[in-house]
Amino acid sequence: MIQIRNVTKKYGANIAVDNVSLEIPAGEICCLIGPSGCGKSTALKLINRMLEPESGEIFIDGKDTRDFQPELLRRHIGYVIQNVGLFPHMTVAENIAVVPQLLSWKQEKIEERTEELFRVMRMESDQYRYKYPRELSGGEAQRIGVARALASDPAILLMDEPFGAVDPLNREGLQAEFMKIQSDLKKTVVFVTHDLDEAIRLGDRIALMREGKIVQYDTPEEILAHPQNRFVSDFVGADRALKRLSRFPVSEFMKKPVVVKVSDDVEAFVAQIRKKGRPRFFWLLDEDERLIGPVDSRHVHTPFSREEDVMEANCSAITVRDSATLREVLSRMLGQGVKTVPVIDDDSRLVGEISILEIEKVTEEAALEC
Amino acid sequence: MLKSALKTFLRRSAGMILLAGVFIYLIFDMNPWNVFLRALFPEETEWIYPRAMLIELVGEHLLLVVISSALAVSMGIVAGIFVTRRSGRVYLQTVNDLTSLAQTFPPVAILALAVPFIGFGFKPTIAALFLYSILPVVRNTISGIEAVPGPLIEAAFGMGMTPLQILFKVEIPLAMKVIMAGIRISVVMNIGTATLGAIVGAGGLGVPIISGLVRQNPAFVIEGALTVCLLAVITDRLIAGIEESYF
Repeated sequence: MIQIRNVTKKYGANIAVDNVSLEIPAGEICCLIGPSGCGKSTALKLINRMLEPESGEIFIDGKDTRDFQPELLRRHIGYVIQNVGLFPHMTVAENIAVVPQLLSWKQEKIEERTEELFRVMRMESDQYRYKYPRELSGGEAQRIGVARALASDPAILLMDEPFGAVDPLNREGLQAEFMKIQSDLKKTVVFVTHDLDEAIRLGDRIALMREGKIVQYDTPEEILAHPQNRFVSDFVGADRALKRLSRFPVSEFMKKPVVVKVSDDVEAFVAQIRKKGRPRFFWLLDEDERLIGPVDSRHVHTPFSREEDVMEANCSAITVRDSATLREVLSRMLGQGVKTVPVIDDDSRLVGEISILEIEKVTEEAALEC
Repeated sequence: MLKSALKTFLRRSAGMILLAGVFIYLIFDMNPWNVFLRALFPEETEWIYPRAMLIELVGEHLLLVVISSALAVSMGIVAGIFVTRRSGRVYLQTVNDLTSLAQTFPPVAILALAVPFIGFGFKPTIAALFLYSILPVVRNTISGIEAVPGPLIEAAFGMGMTPLQILFKVEIPLAMKVIMAGIRISVVMNIGTATLGAIVGAGGLGVPIISGLVRQNPAFVIEGALTVCLLAVITDRLIAGIEESYF
C-alpha cells in the first residue's frame, strides 16, 4: 500500500505537484489522469524517488521511502515507460535479467524467473529470449517491457503511459492481457495515462489531476456517475453514462436464454411456447449448440422452415462476446436496431441473452444515487 | 557476447588479415620492392633506402603511432565522458574549442615549438601526434554518448542503476560503435602524420621519404610512402571490422 502525504514538488516558481495526498490500497490499480502538465508523471516519479519532493512524505507499506537508498528502492519497484526503453544492445533475456543482476541474484534463479515471466506473459521462451528489441513488434516489445519490470517480483508497479505508443488495436489487446496478469499477480499499480477510456477500463480507482492537485479520487463508476465539479464532468465528457456502461461486464447481467436445437422437435417446442404465451422469442441452435438465429414464436410456419423462420440470417452482426461490456451491448442494439442481444463464447456457443431492460436498470441506479 | 563479437570480427576481416600477412612478408623480403621500383624508376641506381632496414623503420613508426594513439585514445575517451556528465557539462564548449585548436594547429609547427623545450627525437613527435589525433576521439565520444536516447537513460535510472552503472552498462556500450569510428579516424591519420618524426630525428617511415627528397630519389619516397599507405589501409580495415561487431 502506498501513502502519499502532503507532497509538493516545485521547479523554480512552477508547482508541479501541489500538496498532494493519496492512499493507494495494496493490490489495486490507481490510474493518474489529467490534462498535459497536470503533474501526473511527476507524481509517479516521486514514488520511486526519481524526483525528490520539496515537502511531504511517501510511505510504502508503512516505511518512509527516504529510509532507503534510492537505487535500492527502485530495484524493488517495477517501472515501465512509454517508449519501452528496452536496451537495444541486449537480448530479450538479458533485458529481463537487468534488475535481478543489479540485485546479485544467482544465475539459476535468474533463469527460472525469466522462464516464469515468459509463461506469465504467454510468450514462447525459445522464440523470444535471444531476440533483440529491434526484431520485436511494438506490442511484443511492450510486453517484454512489463516482464522486465516484474523481474524482481516487486510489490509495486509504476507505469507511465506504457501503451501510449502502441496502435489502438494492439493497445486493447495489451490492456486485456494486463488485466489478466494483474488478476493473477495482484500488484499495487500506479498507472499514468491521458486516455480516459483506458483509465476507466483498467483502474480500480482514478485520481483526476489538474495543475498539480487531485480534483477527484474515486472509483470509475463514481467519477462517471457523480463528477464533483464542472472540470471533472467536462473531462469525463458528456457521454459519461455510456462510458460508465463499460465498467459492467455483460456476463454479470445476462439472462439465461430460451433455446432449442435444430435437431430437436422444433414444432412441438413452438406449440408449447404458443400455449404458454411466452417467451415470444427463442434461439435456434445447431447440433453443436452454435447459434443460428432468433425465432419469433408468433410468426412460424408449419412445418418449421429454417430459412424462412429464423429472423436474422447474419447472426454475427447482432451477437456480442461474453468478454464484452454493457457499452458494446448498447452499441450493438443501437447499431442493429434490436432490443435483445445474444451473448456467445469463444466457440460461438450461446451462453446468454441481454435486453435493453437490463441496461436500463443499471443506468437507473446511477440516476437514483444523485 | 564477446565471443560472438570476436567470431564476427574474424569472419569479416579475413581478407584484411590476409593482406596484413602479405604486408608482413613484404617488410622482410625486399626483392619484390627492387623489382617494382626498378621498373618504375629505371634511371636510378639505388631503389631501397640503404641506411636502415624496412623492418626497423616500420618498428620505429609503429612505436610512435602506438604510444601517441594510446595516449590520445585514453585521454580522449576520458575527456569525452567527463564533459557528458552532469558535473562536467560546463566544460563541454571549452573542450570542443581546445581540441579543435589542437587539430587545426599544424603539427609541423607543434614540432618546431616543442623541440626547444623537449629536445629532438621521440618526445616532441609524440607530443605533436598526441595533440593532432585527440580531436576525433573526443568528438566521437561526445556524439556517441549524446546519441543514446533519453528514454533509455530514464528507464535505466528508474530501474535502479547508479549513474556509474548507467555509464558502463548503457551509455558506453551503445556509444562504442561511434567511439570506435573516432578511434579509427584518429589512428589512421596518425599513421600518415607520424612521417613528420623524420624531421626531428624520431625515425620512422618518414626517413626514406625525406632522404628521397634530399637525394632526389623518388624510389626512396615510394618505399616510405607505399609502406605507410599499406599500414594505414590495413589498420583502417581491421579497426572497421571491430567497429562492425558493436551494436
